[in-house]
Amino acid sequence: MALPMTPSIPTVSPILGRFTIEALPLHEPIVVATFVAVALGGAALLGALTWFKLWGYLWKEWFTTVDHKRIGIMYMILGIVMLLRGFSDAIMMRAQQAMAFNGSEGYLNAHHYDQVFTAHGVIMIFFVAMPIVTGLMNYVVPLQIGARDVSFPFLNNFSFWMTGAGAAIVMMSLFVGEFAQTGWLAMPPLSGIGASPGVGVDYYIWSLQIAGIGTLLSGVNLIATIVKMRAPGMSMMKMPIFCWTALCTNILIVAAFPVLTAVLALLSLDRYADTAFFTNTLGGNPMMYVNLIWIWGHPEVYILILPMFGVFSEVVSTFSGKRLFGYTSMVYATLVITVLAYLVWLHHFFTMGSGASVNSFFGITTMIISIPTGAKIFNWLFTMYRGRVRFELPMMWSVAFMITFTLGGMTGVLLAVPPADFVLHNSLFLVAHFHNVIIGGVLFGAFAAINYWWPKAFGFKLNQFWGKVSFWFWVIGFYFAFMPLYVLGLMGVTRRLRTFDDPSLQIWFIIAGFGAFLVAIGIGAMLMQFYVSIRDREQLRDPTGDPWNGRTLEWSTSSPPPDYNFAFTPVIHDNDAWWDMKARGYQRPVNGYADIHMPSNTGTGMILGGLSVAFGVAMIWYVWWLAALAFVGILAVAIGHTFNYKRDFHIPATEVTAIEDARTARLVGAAA
Amino acid sequence: MRAALRSRPAHTALHVIPALATLTLLGGCDMVVMNPMGDVALQQRNLVIFATVLMLTIVIPVIALVGIFAWKYRAGNKEARYEPDWDHSTQLELLIWAAPLLIVICLGAVTWTGAHLLDPYRPIGRIAKGRPVPADAKPLEVQVVALDWKWLFIYPEYGFATVNQLAAPVDRPIEFRLTSSSVMNAFYVPTLAGMIYAMPTMETKLHAVINRPGNYAGFSSNYSGAGFSQMRFRFYGMTDAGFTAWVARNQASATPLTRANYLTLEKPTVNAPVMRFGRVAPGLFHAIVNHCVIAGSVCMSSMMKMDAADPSAMADEKGRATPIGPRPQSPLTSTDAGGPPPANPAAIPQRGPSSPDAQHIPAKRPL
Repeated sequence: MALPMTPSIPTVSPILGRFTIEALPLHEPIVVATFVAVALGGAALLGALTWFKLWGYLWKEWFTTVDHKRIGIMYMILGIVMLLRGFSDAIMMRAQQAMAFNGSEGYLNAHHYDQVFTAHGVIMIFFVAMPIVTGLMNYVVPLQIGARDVSFPFLNNFSFWMTGAGAAIVMMSLFVGEFAQTGWLAMPPLSGIGASPGVGVDYYIWSLQIAGIGTLLSGVNLIATIVKMRAPGMSMMKMPIFCWTALCTNILIVAAFPVLTAVLALLSLDRYADTAFFTNTLGGNPMMYVNLIWIWGHPEVYILILPMFGVFSEVVSTFSGKRLFGYTSMVYATLVITVLAYLVWLHHFFTMGSGASVNSFFGITTMIISIPTGAKIFNWLFTMYRGRVRFELPMMWSVAFMITFTLGGMTGVLLAVPPADFVLHNSLFLVAHFHNVIIGGVLFGAFAAINYWWPKAFGFKLNQFWGKVSFWFWVIGFYFAFMPLYVLGLMGVTRRLRTFDDPSLQIWFIIAGFGAFLVAIGIGAMLMQFYVSIRDREQLRDPTGDPWNGRTLEWSTSSPPPDYNFAFTPVIHDNDAWWDMKARGYQRPVNGYADIHMPSNTGTGMILGGLSVAFGVAMIWYVWWLAALAFVGILAVAIGHTFNYKRDFHIPATEVTAIEDARTARLVGAAA
Repeated sequence: MRAALRSRPAHTALHVIPALATLTLLGGCDMVVMNPMGDVALQQRNLVIFATVLMLTIVIPVIALVGIFAWKYRAGNKEARYEPDWDHSTQLELLIWAAPLLIVICLGAVTWTGAHLLDPYRPIGRIAKGRPVPADAKPLEVQVVALDWKWLFIYPEYGFATVNQLAAPVDRPIEFRLTSSSVMNAFYVPTLAGMIYAMPTMETKLHAVINRPGNYAGFSSNYSGAGFSQMRFRFYGMTDAGFTAWVARNQASATPLTRANYLTLEKPTVNAPVMRFGRVAPGLFHAIVNHCVIAGSVCMSSMMKMDAADPSAMADEKGRATPIGPRPQSPLTSTDAGGPPPANPAAIPQRGPSSPDAQHIPAKRPL
């Protein structure tokens, strides 16, 4: 349990680096059991894929695809799979905290527990929320702006595989070595080589660095797409709100993620090259890290929430059967949030003693962000006003969001008052606050979006019954899980504690644990919803492509959309383009198709992702020869790809005609 | 859950709001943040309540409207007006931007004054509501060092130190000076005042006062590694007589906190017991902040002056004008490693410009 304060010089083998058989956590029965379960499950999955001869299909149609829709779906699958991992960590924490009273140590030792809460935060933000947000933008944005794909289709595939590579490295840390025991932002000096000499922090650094490249490139790609590839007539102020929020999010990504990359690079230099950027002596200062990481970290929360604001705008407007109230103020609110997102980072550490004027400045800028956010809530409210609100699942999630997020926003503004923050910072009140906005905002938004766009992606609606079960268990479970944490925060309980000595706290942790259990049922019901819907897809089939009486362009094409999205590029006259077309008696053209120019699939992205995993793992374990080899490999493959001239092809007009005729037949059948 | 039987002192502020808070916020359990015994924490609590009530004036109507609109404009209700193209109203737009703006202006003003008045660096102006700090009051200075994973409290005025036990007489202003030995921690006694980080090679400050005798919880509120959960201490609010007795008890301890003892103490331990040190090596806190407890290491304060090319950088290092000097024979035989305590504790050079002993002059200037 003692923590070495001086860097022990590890024995580094020239072949295996610092990897030894002791690095496998064979002494941790929980990890071994998990590993066996994962190994069996994985073997079963691989076996099934082989048995049903799906490898070729997966490689040709999915892994190498440059189609933004399939890449979007792969991001969503990655996010949901990682949600299961991140949620397992949450359940373990809840169980530990509910047990560890009256001298009990609970069932997790400090080494394990500290990894669990670190991994929970890292996975939920970087490998659940980010892939889901990126996946949604990837899927929806080109369809909403009437484009055939994103600006850089190969880059999109590459970005996905870099994110996947980061996720693979995080998962590997579960079974080989350890993960960081530093909290999700790995603040030095704790994350320095002195206090954390093991591989944990290196796993953290390299998984985020590699995934961060994917996120950054995907941001570049989507900005270019939104700026350059809008259908004729779609001026910026005629874009759907989701596209606006996506644009602002990607601007935030492009401006913020390089900061994360730089600060992690500095931390790597401190750890690998013995520099002293964040040490206490030799002129370094750990507060530089704290500032830099939050200059990325605060925009990051807006990166996550802004697209969800877009989702709610689309959903509320569609299911109220009404134009979005205050489109222009919605756009300006989004832009104001984008700018202000960079002016609030210090509110994460008022208690480091920055001084009253600095604290006041950042406190007040934080409060100012609540003005445009409040305006958005009002806009959704007045969109419902004088509407015809259909309580389908996406709308249910939106109403739950409006109530939950308003509460979370209120506690957030409370924490922005520095003297109040001095008594609540780092407490479970804070934990309750950010789960209140991230679950109530980002996750509820993701579930609204999944229920809303699933019929578009797969051509059939999701099962209502299991969707409602999932909804109620999630929402009620959320309140059970996090309202007790507000109370505990007011009782002066701080976060990341493993054991407790005050028995009066236990009841609240038990209630919170019960809430987590309800959420677990909610997640199970969601998986059940997917399964039942896929099983009953013929009954749930939507032949029209427009199951919700939608308003934006994605509902004008078939479900699922053809590879080329639109046989003819639409012309836009209104910000609810499809609603406007329907109102004006738009007739779908049924002949006159031409060849369509499309990008070709390529395996380069996946190969680069695989090499990046090798590079990251080699750096983590000090296997220098492999790191050099993998790095050279990455360069060679990337350069080699520039000589690949088979980048595009044409879908012949005859094939387009066949696809569109089939749709015509379906539409006629649906109308009959 | 314990019943909140603790009665509030009569002089605490804002009688109505605490009653409200107790009612609304599950009065049954022991919410120390909502019911603190120190005036600073009490004012912070009042701000929490004020801000919450202020925001509820808009949050409650919003949540109510969500419910009302969702019900009234449900698709099944064909009675309700339906205007599918109504999407703008200048009056409403003004209202929805102005209402939050007004609240933020109000809250911003309170934030500005509150952040300045309750700045942890600012000496407190009152002991409790209506009781200003007497002009002759001398604050109790406590030097706090967050170690892995325990708390060291040095009382320079009395020349002793404790581990994991802190005490202060009621109604006497306390001035904490805080640092950490290795990683970041935050010093938090919820009943006393808000938290402040304790960071290595940096010094932070906190001013507070405790208004009622009692036994309170204190802990680190910033995760600091494996022993973090056990990094707890007790804080005692004491009567003057009780505090005098406590001081005497600590001073009676035969163990001195020499630099050598400190270096042993600094090593990571979990669940450290309460320890008492009757005497403290002079200048220890300064040496901890400046990373020069180990004899022979140069203090950061001196190093910074040397780096700034100050020719007098070492002038205060016992008459040496250059940083070149002999290393001490052995750290353990140096004069302040276990040396006798100074006769007058007030004479201990604890703050201000660096004045460590000659042993800290390095053999050569570090790179």
